[in-house]
Amino acid sequence: MLSIKNLTANVGDKQILKGLNLEVKAGEVHAIMGPNGAGKSTLSHILSGKSGYTVTEGSITYNGQDLLALAPETRAREGVFLAFQYPIEIPGVSNIYLLKAALNAIRKHKGQTEIDAMDFLVWVKEKMRLLDMNEKFLYRAVNEGFSGGEKKRNEILQMAVMEPQLCILDETDSGLDIDALKIVANGVNALRSEQRSFVMITHYQRLLDYIKPDFVHVLADGKIIKSGDADLALELEAKGYNDLETQAASV
Amino acid sequence: MNTKLKSDSLNNFRQNALELFSENGFPKTNEEEWRYTNLSALEKKSFKTQPHIETINETLLTSHMLDDAWIMVFIDGHFSKKYSRLTQIDEALELTSISQLIEENPDKITPYLGKAVCNKTHNFISYNSAYFTDGFFIKLAPQASTRKPIQILHYALGSETRAATRNLIIGAEFSTLEIIETFIGESNSLTAAVNEVFLAKNATLTLYKLQTESQTAYHFGGTYCKQQPHSIFNHHNFAFGGLIARNDIHTDLETAAECSLNGLYLGEKRQHIDNHTRINHNQPYGISREFYKGILNDRARGVFQGRVFVAKDAQKTDSAMNNRNLLLSNKAEIDTKPQLEIYADDVKCAHGVTIGQLDEKSIFYLQSRGLDINAAKALLTAAFANEMIEKVPLEPLKKQLYVHANIIT
Repeated sequence: MLSIKNLTANVGDKQILKGLNLEVKAGEVHAIMGPNGAGKSTLSHILSGKSGYTVTEGSITYNGQDLLALAPETRAREGVFLAFQYPIEIPGVSNIYLLKAALNAIRKHKGQTEIDAMDFLVWVKEKMRLLDMNEKFLYRAVNEGFSGGEKKRNEILQMAVMEPQLCILDETDSGLDIDALKIVANGVNALRSEQRSFVMITHYQRLLDYIKPDFVHVLADGKIIKSGDADLALELEAKGYNDLETQAASV
Repeated sequence: MNTKLKSDSLNNFRQNALELFSENGFPKTNEEEWRYTNLSALEKKSFKTQPHIETINETLLTSHMLDDAWIMVFIDGHFSKKYSRLTQIDEALELTSISQLIEENPDKITPYLGKAVCNKTHNFISYNSAYFTDGFFIKLAPQASTRKPIQILHYALGSETRAATRNLIIGAEFSTLEIIETFIGESNSLTAAVNEVFLAKNATLTLYKLQTESQTAYHFGGTYCKQQPHSIFNHHNFAFGGLIARNDIHTDLETAAECSLNGLYLGEKRQHIDNHTRINHNQPYGISREFYKGILNDRARGVFQGRVFVAKDAQKTDSAMNNRNLLLSNKAEIDTKPQLEIYADDVKCAHGVTIGQLDEKSIFYLQSRGLDINAAKALLTAAFANEMIEKVPLEPLKKQLYVHANIIT
């Protein structure tokens, strides 16, 4: 589904990614862990098409297409979803308006008709129950005045509505207390399927207690220095990143 | 001058105005209150009072009519009985045309005409005083509130038409009035509409103005309000049309009176929209709230001059003014000037101004949810305007506003 080869990218003159490789197949859950400044968020931004990054080498192929050639909205319509680390507040736009606009943009892209307003309401309410969200959130402005936990749940709600194939969760656990973390994790787990893949970017291991990854990768200084199964995360938790980085440097 | 408009004191008033106007013509940019609005284009045209005609674009007119309201229609500054909807008016409410009162009972208007604004204020006032052909007179009895809102629909029709109306709104003690002024037109007319408003103790007026004249039209609209103690004046100003449009909203507050001035101006192409407000806290305990937002695209230019005056005796005044602007093009311009003039020492006065562009992070967020860049920008622009429309409690008007502001809900 996703194939990243030798990805090298700059912000301004500074090289952030230095030859990153990653293969994600349908239905897999990958966790990318690493210290601050390793390039984790840069990777998620480049995948979703945020401007401000220059790819100098390498390629990203998504379902056989050159992902980097697609506009951000086309990527979204083709099934690439980024759950933001810091979701944006949009005063004056109601949550339900954005959810419906997002869904209809995807349907239009697929050549389908727009969804009926009543059908949509029933359907979105079902998704909200999954995330233990009150219906009142539909009529509030997008993320405006939401708590940290509410914002993250809202990201997962958008994901549930857009039904993407590739879900990128950027530090979704940051700023969440344990109860909110469980709710978000339950929501994500409910969306796991054989067709849907996840790339979870996280600094800490605790999210992985609730969403069990198939693969864990360590990203340090712009590349993946180690890959393994879920046990690698536990190892990292015990030893810290320094140990691994020293090993990598001495190889 | 219209010979129908008689009575000596009225004749003197108009003669005096005509002399004032003839001397200097339209206001000039060397006058502080007019420095951002150049009216020299007006001098080159010869605006004339047109005769009263009733062959009009009825579809346009009726599309602006609000359901469940009493409606007075003015065409090129003349009251049109034919198109007005004035049946079963409440007993407590007087709703008449100024021309009819001048004909039948001029004593009713003399206590008010020229009392909330004088001809010397600036030359759009003297122009209006000299040339007005008609207007509306609204007076509500003490303690009364009306069953329905009142809509005044001004339709400017003819080429180089002068549509000048002089209007009086009088709210007696403890009365509650709701009035909507709608200005429409398809020509290069000049509208000059002046409202004088008198609110007695504890009276409340909510006045809406929606101006959607053509982009070749010239518009001056002034509302001058006298507020007695504990009265409340709410104004909502939606300035969307006109090539050059200017709004003056002035209010004088006595003890514990309150005013709230909201505004939204949308300019595109070469439109020039100027909003000028003045709030005079002349006595203590007054409260004023002002919130104006502007969106300017292409080469449009907006002006916001908001002035709050607090007299020496107006202790405990509580005033807040805010003006926010969104510029959608590099060639658009806003001149914003909040002014506080405070002579009392125990007051709370705040003001703030912002000028900005659409937020890149918000645009990307919407793109990442599948909206293309133009849809994302349009949605964010609408959201910016939406805040002012949401403040309108009158649902049928709100719906019209969404249409005129191009907001899809």
